[in-house]
Amino acid sequence: MSTSVVLAILVTSLATFASRFLGVISSQGIKENSKLFRWFNCLAYSTLAALIARTIIFPVGVLSDSSYLSRIVVVLFCLFIFFISKRNFVYPTVISAIMMTILSNYL
Amino acid sequence: MINKEFFFKGFKSILAPDSPALALGCCFIAIGALLKNLGFNIQESIFSTMLTYALPGSLVMAESLLVGASLLNIFLAVWFVNARLYPMAVSLFPLMMHKSQPKWKYYFSCHFIAVSAWLIMKSNYKDIDKKHRIDFWIGIGCATWTTAVIATFVGFYASDYLDKNMMMGLAILNPIYFLCMMVGAMKTIQITASVTLGFVLGPIFYFLSPEWSILLGGLVGGTIAYFIGELNVN
Repeated sequence: MSTSVVLAILVTSLATFASRFLGVISSQGIKENSKLFRWFNCLAYSTLAALIARTIIFPVGVLSDSSYLSRIVVVLFCLFIFFISKRNFVYPTVISAIMMTILSNYL
Repeated sequence: MINKEFFFKGFKSILAPDSPALALGCCFIAIGALLKNLGFNIQESIFSTMLTYALPGSLVMAESLLVGASLLNIFLAVWFVNARLYPMAVSLFPLMMHKSQPKWKYYFSCHFIAVSAWLIMKSNYKDIDKKHRIDFWIGIGCATWTTAVIATFVGFYASDYLDKNMMMGLAILNPIYFLCMMVGAMKTIQITASVTLGFVLGPIFYFLSPEWSILLGGLVGGTIAYFIGELNVN
């Protein structure tokens, strides 16, 4: 590694904390029932959805070595489990890990 | 100081049957293993999770280090990926602001903003008196942050026993959990439109600019969803 690990960690934490801290500073003048708050609420949900979609469709790290087909099969099956289990979060989550481990061997 | 009753109420939320502890823990196990494979020692791995506590940012840092990126490049890459934390903070902290609470609590606890803690707080804040929501939030944040640190430790030492397929299994767990939580949160037209448009526009914008795709997808999707919701109310 050409760059010092500790410096990289410090820079990463600084870049991350900046967004969080600026968010808190900006929050101070915003009322929870204002239009601005509702707009930011929509932005937050939409940004998270975009992040999740990107993580699944264009992943980085170890997940990028898995096939599109295996990821799509896991996502669709887990959403199916989520709905038939009356919106239980645990079953689809556990099943996703097991399915992905098995499917990445074959797909 | 911090109200212990509400702090522990928040802390215990991680033990609920549908809590994100499992998904969060498994993902940080994968991060711990990844950092070890990249040559980090145990102190650096723990230090990274403690200070950053944001999964996509840690992944970007790890990948940037691998290709020998400069510190400025790492800063910008992480800042782009983690800029989503800004709207998350602005859409959460006004719900917790109370004039009787000292400012340091808000400045200190913003470090806990992450998808898992944010979603728990969003689904529980109405049950907590506004004055004590910040203490409840600090409890949630401490619990999820501790889970992440312990899981990084476990992942670092378990990395020798995890093969590539198992790492993939751990890596898919977090997006699936958050996907289910987001679908579960689609209870109003505005939120439903925000989530749906974010899912569609995020990958589309990736073809225009991978770095900006999350922010553009969130900004355009969220703004359209906001107007859809406002028109519906009117």
